[in-house]
Amino acid sequence: MDMKVKYRLPSLPQQAVLDDTDQALITLIQTGLPLSPTPYADIAKELQLNEEDVIQRIQKLNDDNVIKRFGVVVRHHELGYKANAMTVWNIPDDAVSELGACMGQFDFVTLCYRRPRRLPDWPYNLFTMIHGKDRDDVLANIELLAKRCNLDENEHKVLFSTRRFKQRGAIYR
Amino acid sequence: MQLNTENKLNKQQLSALEKHLLNDFQHDFPLLSRPYKKIADKLGTTEELVIETLKQLQERGYVSRVGAVFRANSIGASTLAAMSIPEEELDAVAEMINEYSEVNHNYQREHHYNLWFVLTASDEHTLNAILDDIEHRSGHCVMYLPMLEDFHIDLGFDLGFDLEHDSGY
Repeated sequence: MDMKVKYRLPSLPQQAVLDDTDQALITLIQTGLPLSPTPYADIAKELQLNEEDVIQRIQKLNDDNVIKRFGVVVRHHELGYKANAMTVWNIPDDAVSELGACMGQFDFVTLCYRRPRRLPDWPYNLFTMIHGKDRDDVLANIELLAKRCNLDENEHKVLFSTRRFKQRGAIYR
Repeated sequence: MQLNTENKLNKQQLSALEKHLLNDFQHDFPLLSRPYKKIADKLGTTEELVIETLKQLQERGYVSRVGAVFRANSIGASTLAAMSIPEEELDAVAEMINEYSEVNHNYQREHHYNLWFVLTASDEHTLNAILDDIEHRSGHCVMYLPMLEDFHIDLGFDLGFDLEHDSGY
């Protein structure tokens, strides 16, 4: 079993060009907007920009898909969605884009990524994170997903989480 | 395992305003000078109450933050990583991994690969150095699984509240 496959940065769609001001802005907003009447003006003051410039830069990061989503970030577990399972699928390479797109549209799927296989030990190349109120709820969602996207033939594994050692937003610095 | 308990407890404890704030503004948050005022106008309440309620939801742990979710690898470098750790070493290894500020998720999962974490660093070099360090310190291999393609359109998570849209607060 050879697990010593060295990490390589995946070839992603072209990365957005970020200047120093964008980087500073990202550093400042990654932990959340100020809960004050004028959050963008507050950020602008810290970066010595004007409010309109901050808003336009966030809008551009949004348009360029650097920001995937901008809004209230909730904690599923605390809101009663106590179960989550990383469900991994072994999908033929020529079908992965189509099936990934199908799976990625369900709202109980909070992540849907293609990742490399690590053969022979790890044959799974499509990773979905499935949330639910409890185990049965999660399993029902996986069944629904398999049915809607015609995944019955594809080998998969359901990896429930049993303990959460750490969970927070990423810090890019 | 602490699943299958308390499933419904939170719904009853949340006011209509709290439910709307949790559910309705997970994407397309207003990008204008007074965003909380805009939300308040939509919900028929005051800016002060929106801000105060969001603060409380954050203090109670229901809201992580109001802000951006960044696309993986659009800034910095990140990877999912998995390890197969003997049960008796698991706590110690998990704790050691948590020490790195670059680790933002770390879970035990039901599989031969029982420890799963996400690492995000400023660049690839730093990421590799940390992964090597974790292997060295734990004495176990790390399986690296960087993202190759993202199929998910993130519109947040429907919390399934029964919302009465015209109710007052």
